[in-house]
Amino acid sequence: MGEQILNQVVWPVIYILCIVLPLVIGVALYVWWERKVLGWMHVRMGPNKIGPFGLLQAFADVVKLLLKEVILPTNASKALYYMAPLIALVPALAAWAVVPFNDGLVLANVNAGVLYLLAMTSLGVYGIILAGWASNSRYALLGAMRSAAQVISYELAMGLCLVSVLVLAGSLNLTDIVHAQAGSKGIFGWFMWPLLPVFIIYFISGVAETNRAPFDVAEGESEIVAGFHVEYSGSAFALFFLAEYANMILVSFLASILFMGGWLSPFPASWGLLGHDGFLWLFAKVFLFAFMFLWFRASFPRYRYDQIMRLGWKVFIPITIAWVLVAGCMKYFGWVTVGTGG
Amino acid sequence: MIDPQMFQLVCFYAFAAVTVVAALGVVTLRNTVHAVLALVLTFFSTACIWLLAEAEFLAIALIVVYVGAVMVLFLFVVMMLDINQEHLREGFIKFLPVGIIVALIMLGEMLGLIGVRAMHQQVMGANPATVAGMSNTEWLGQALYTQFLLPFEIAALILTVGVVAAVVLTLRHRTGVRHQKASQQVLVNARDRIRVVKMAAVAPAAPQPAPGKETTP
Repeated sequence: MGEQILNQVVWPVIYILCIVLPLVIGVALYVWWERKVLGWMHVRMGPNKIGPFGLLQAFADVVKLLLKEVILPTNASKALYYMAPLIALVPALAAWAVVPFNDGLVLANVNAGVLYLLAMTSLGVYGIILAGWASNSRYALLGAMRSAAQVISYELAMGLCLVSVLVLAGSLNLTDIVHAQAGSKGIFGWFMWPLLPVFIIYFISGVAETNRAPFDVAEGESEIVAGFHVEYSGSAFALFFLAEYANMILVSFLASILFMGGWLSPFPASWGLLGHDGFLWLFAKVFLFAFMFLWFRASFPRYRYDQIMRLGWKVFIPITIAWVLVAGCMKYFGWVTVGTGG
Repeated sequence: MIDPQMFQLVCFYAFAAVTVVAALGVVTLRNTVHAVLALVLTFFSTACIWLLAEAEFLAIALIVVYVGAVMVLFLFVVMMLDINQEHLREGFIKFLPVGIIVALIMLGEMLGLIGVRAMHQQVMGANPATVAGMSNTEWLGQALYTQFLLPFEIAALILTVGVVAAVVLTLRHRTGVRHQKASQQVLVNARDRIRVVKMAAVAPAAPQPAPGKETTP
């Protein structure tokens, strides 16, 4: 009995903490890095007062948010108002269960991993919609409406991108998908080459799914103040913040795993330490994508709402549907060989 | 030791209870948004029950399609409805007999169906996925794309026809609407839009204020 509880309850909880705690610290550092990068791109300093290089700024902000009062607007739907941040955060954290960090280093090595990810990422939008509705505020409701339409549109493109990957890899398991990109061809065995348009569309859809600039119409601070979280303060707002950044890091991880070979090294194995596969390579790729999120934010003006819809429905979805067919042909006619035998 | 079978049974009843309570909530809650959320919970706990039955593909598909997309659209529409909550219950007594009759007929039909099934005594075969040594998702994919390819494609075609029909039914050609053509917009050069005029610099004619007399406001 005691051993069973240890194996089925205690160890999984420790494993989960091993993922969630670094994730939360990573979010704090990511926020710091975002403010630094934006500062440099605007020819400013960014945060530089608290701690070395301003590193403790994000932690100071967390303490500030946690100490603030959570305000409940008049006539707000109380239960849903308090539940919405949790509904946003829970899928954002739950999705990490199937993300492999290295060969065999994964919390749940499930066969339907990609499907599970799709399910979890599609749930996150409820937090935003409910926050917008329960706040009893015009701005928040507008933000929720925009977010709902946008997320549904881009989820389709994102799902079809995944289908192309699945067709080539022949598996729904994320570890197997990385294995399918290994082989003698090294960097050219990665799925980003045969699936280049899909790869680009996947990342752009990921930016849209996480409501980040230039697709941040759900917040749109210059149009609708702060969108769905305009009424939230203190720790409730912090939870939304955490969910958004956790999702951004998740999209970066998925783009690295699905298209850029995950923990595989881009160099041939004969290059010694550089050619050694490992989670450091995965983190380097993730850092690249996470940086691109910030780069986009600093570079592009916000898309107009109808332009977002046009891009999603009339450009991305047709291209991804066509590429599913192309990927099928690649697989069927053997234009692309996958796995170590390739 | 915790018996896995027992644990599974407890989980089944827990999920089933949540499903039934949530389904009751769908029809009894006054607030329409709350009712839609109860429906979401119904779908979610149904998916959990299917997971217990090792039908993981159906369970996740239910969440992706219904919870993740269809119910979001429902919520989208319901949130924009301007419903007077007091008027909602007005016809309750009037329509109650009709509702009860429909419910009774449905109950009778379902009991009849269950009875016919029970009389045939169809014994369920072993789970074909387990027999083939594959995961549920893999087996379903193999069956759909080999054995049942034609029905599958026909179903896809029918759904596509439905999409096209919905678009055609709701499409209204309005006159006087100015559309943007993005394909033309991106082809525009700066030269088409602005003209750069070279002008000689003109010295300012305004008199310089005398030094030393400046005062700060």
